[in-house]
Amino acid sequence: MDGSHASGSKVAAADGPGTQRTQYPYVTGTSIIALKYKDGVIMASDTGASYGSTLRYKSVERIKAVGKHSLIGASGEYSDFQEILRYLDELTLSDHMWDDGNSLGPKEIHSYLTRVMYNRRNKFDPLWNSLVLGGVKKGPKGEEKYLGMVNMIGTHFEENHIATGFGNHLAIPILRAEWREDMTFEEAVKLVEKCLLVLLYRDRSSINKFQIAKITTEGATIYPPYSLKTYWGFSAFENPSQGAVGSW
Amino acid sequence: MAGAMDLPPKGGFSYDYCRRNAMLADKGLKMPGFLKTGTTIVGLVFQDGVVLGADTRATEGPIVADKNCEKIHFMAPNIYCCGAGTAADTEAIWSARSFNFTVMQLVVNHEFYQGHVSAALVLGGVDVTGPHLHTVYPHGSTDTLPFATMGSGSLAAMSVFESQYKEGLTREEGIQLVADAIRAGIFNDLGSGSNVDVCVITKGKTEYLRNHQLPNPRTYVSSKGYSFTKGQTEVLYTKITQLKPKVEVTEGDAMEE
Repeated sequence: MDGSHASGSKVAAADGPGTQRTQYPYVTGTSIIALKYKDGVIMASDTGASYGSTLRYKSVERIKAVGKHSLIGASGEYSDFQEILRYLDELTLSDHMWDDGNSLGPKEIHSYLTRVMYNRRNKFDPLWNSLVLGGVKKGPKGEEKYLGMVNMIGTHFEENHIATGFGNHLAIPILRAEWREDMTFEEAVKLVEKCLLVLLYRDRSSINKFQIAKITTEGATIYPPYSLKTYWGFSAFENPSQGAVGSW
Repeated sequence: MAGAMDLPPKGGFSYDYCRRNAMLADKGLKMPGFLKTGTTIVGLVFQDGVVLGADTRATEGPIVADKNCEKIHFMAPNIYCCGAGTAADTEAIWSARSFNFTVMQLVVNHEFYQGHVSAALVLGGVDVTGPHLHTVYPHGSTDTLPFATMGSGSLAAMSVFESQYKEGLTREEGIQLVADAIRAGIFNDLGSGSNVDVCVITKGKTEYLRNHQLPNPRTYVSSKGYSFTKGQTEVLYTKITQLKPKVEVTEGDAMEE
């Protein structure tokens, strides 16, 4: 699990005079939610990046398109995500320069990222992220949807639905109960919004500004940010100490 | 005259070792960590009262100590309390009276235990002023809420509540939602498991639905039954040592009185 508070574990190894590998995350993004649906993969996140306990940046894109077939979403240290995007740019550029009609699919990109993350972890110099990789590419069995994740220690797997950070605890129970094969785009958005709303209520580092992105055979679409409606009208909230004198 | 806040000599904790422990910690001794109770407990308010729910797994570290324990405790005919560990202590020390229970628990947690035990409780009941649902935290703070979850499975259960709770639920909807939330804890949290207990409290009536759902049945039972007849285990070697001849019974005291 990535550390989205600045009190991440310190791993200090002095390499020689003047070098250090102490690491903790500084500017962090919170959960990413993603799931496979009928036409491809849908991915969503909020647009916030925190600096410890301060909500420092409120318009951050944590989901980006990669090549023609994939989307990458990241939680954790934002600067490490930017570095990973640069690595992916180099990768997709050399892929394009081959000019052989083939292009890297989501499975290949996931595999590449896994190697990068795991090797950095082995050098005690991790990229402090949980990455979600989703995409659609034509394979031997037709259009194949792919969704997987890899985290800062190199743990990687494929699933029909993924959540990182707090999403592991709050969104995965909902996804496990309500995800079905071949959901329509509207149904998938509703399910994702259900998870995002719970995260908004219960994750202190999430904000009410979300971006949904989808990847299909037509390509990647990242929708403009929007907010969800919250409900605070419970009668118990109107007068909380009414039934309990002496409480607060 | 003893004040209400004086601790009876046997109650609470003895803090005599605190100074020694601090000194040992300075010398590098690693203190055992504080574990969150392996549990999912929930409560919600519906139109006629409150519904409480709990899983039935009791863990000792990584081992399931009790597969079907009871986490919903009786406080009064119209007040039940979900909790684990210390809640049982609480029941033993204080018997149910017409007290404001949350204030009492607050005092107990704050003065007695000073937060050193995980007494995280979901307390619900119905009285003349209507249905009430409270949570009590280890250090003694309380909340009054329309729905609440506690324990290691609380996030899984809370995600169910946050996405599906609304005011004015009927009894059936309330029980269904509580069971869904406990099942989310059972299947998504390793510290919770086994069965779903439910307790419905309304004005004048309380129903304790022990093992309301059993979503983890034993899937394989041998049709031949399990009997272990003599001869089933091969005996390789028998040696009998008589103890009696080795025992010397001497008259008189071996030791001075």
